[in-house]
Amino acid sequence: MIAQSFQYESPRTIKEAIELLQKYGDDAKILSGGHSLIPMMKLRFASPEYIIDINRIPGLSYIKEEGGMLKIGALTREAEIEHSDLLKKHFPIFGDVTKLIADPQVRNMGTIGGNLAHGDAANDHPAVMLALNATVIAAGPDGERAIPIDEFFFGFYQTALQPDEILTEIQIPVSQHGTGSAYHKLERKVGDYATAGVAVHLTLDKNNTCTSIGIGLTNVNPTPLRAARSEQALFGKELTEEAIAEAAKYASEDCSPSSDLRGSEEYKRAMVAVLVKRMIHKAAERAKA
Amino acid sequence: MNKQITVTVNGTEHTLEVEPRLLLVHMIREVLNLTGTHIGCDTTSCGACTILLDGKSVKSCTILAVQADGKSIKTIEGVSAEGQLDSLQEGFHLNHGLHCGFCTPGMIMRATELLENNPNPTEEEIRWGISGNLCRCTGYNNIVKAIQYASAKNRGVETASTEPEFV
Repeated sequence: MIAQSFQYESPRTIKEAIELLQKYGDDAKILSGGHSLIPMMKLRFASPEYIIDINRIPGLSYIKEEGGMLKIGALTREAEIEHSDLLKKHFPIFGDVTKLIADPQVRNMGTIGGNLAHGDAANDHPAVMLALNATVIAAGPDGERAIPIDEFFFGFYQTALQPDEILTEIQIPVSQHGTGSAYHKLERKVGDYATAGVAVHLTLDKNNTCTSIGIGLTNVNPTPLRAARSEQALFGKELTEEAIAEAAKYASEDCSPSSDLRGSEEYKRAMVAVLVKRMIHKAAERAKA
Repeated sequence: MNKQITVTVNGTEHTLEVEPRLLLVHMIREVLNLTGTHIGCDTTSCGACTILLDGKSVKSCTILAVQADGKSIKTIEGVSAEGQLDSLQEGFHLNHGLHCGFCTPGMIMRATELLENNPNPTEEEIRWGISGNLCRCTGYNNIVKAIQYASAKNRGVETASTEPEFV
């Protein structure tokens, strides 16, 4: 399958890339890892007239800790995230999620920025970023702006990014002592999108009280979904089996999955409840370790 | 508008004029006539088109040729030095790691990077490592054995039985 013809640009600076975006507007698409965009172009679901390849802009690939924040450059490949010692230490959830994203070859190309900017509720990082309360940094003609993750996902393939903006960095507050996180998705086979996926990030104090909680859901809603009522059911409470069961029930009620080849709506809701329970337990185990 | 790109493929530098929409796999097969790299699913699933791009295994059906400008590519044709089978090729041969052979070039390119990063992988790590490559013949067991054979040989360890498993 061959994509429709397009003009290819490979700017060397973010400024140059933004100028191209301003010039071409909606007719342009940014090429990052390309493993969502190129398949869509080959199937002619997307036919951009201009491709702006940002891979030759230096300085967009890094994982670092700075001022209490974990900062991940938008062009950081999934494989680099998967094997990062810094992330293994502070955020084992990244080990959980990257291992389940597509396959090793795709992870050598796919980027975290692209995974988010694509705005697909079936992608795995959005739920993780919701759980971690991440902030997305976007560069545009007027400089940079910080977008809280709760204001980032708008609708089907829609994000808060404007046509002349580029996602450059993801920032995540570094966890306190007693914090744990976990992600799992149910998938039919390697490389599949989630039947349902759940990300949990929580902090427990010495009395087993939940002092912070984030829960994000993958592919069970038109947009990546924060399980807000589940979070409220746990925040400030002792992490008991009853509280966990309540949180799981709320998540299964509040999501909005559609019946498709991966399962019926009812099945997906049931799986959300199961995964919420399991991921809370796993995150709690890690928090106590 | 065509773009001029320079790529080094199996050690040979090529300067080519390509259409931006030309896929890397088509450049390799149809422009450079290196047909060892296969096109299977054409949808990033099967791994038959796996090559090494600057040493990383990638699916060349989902990369534009222009993205490879200035980079180094290794295909199955570049694996054996001077007609000698490399350890993976030998492993696939001795362990019956292929039947029809369609997936084999991709399997070997993927396994090359796997062993580069992890010279002594466990069976589980091998199975996860080739999870982006589909084989419809072997049932994978002999492919895993082939990679284990290559791992052992590369490390200079005496290889255990090379009896293939017939299923």
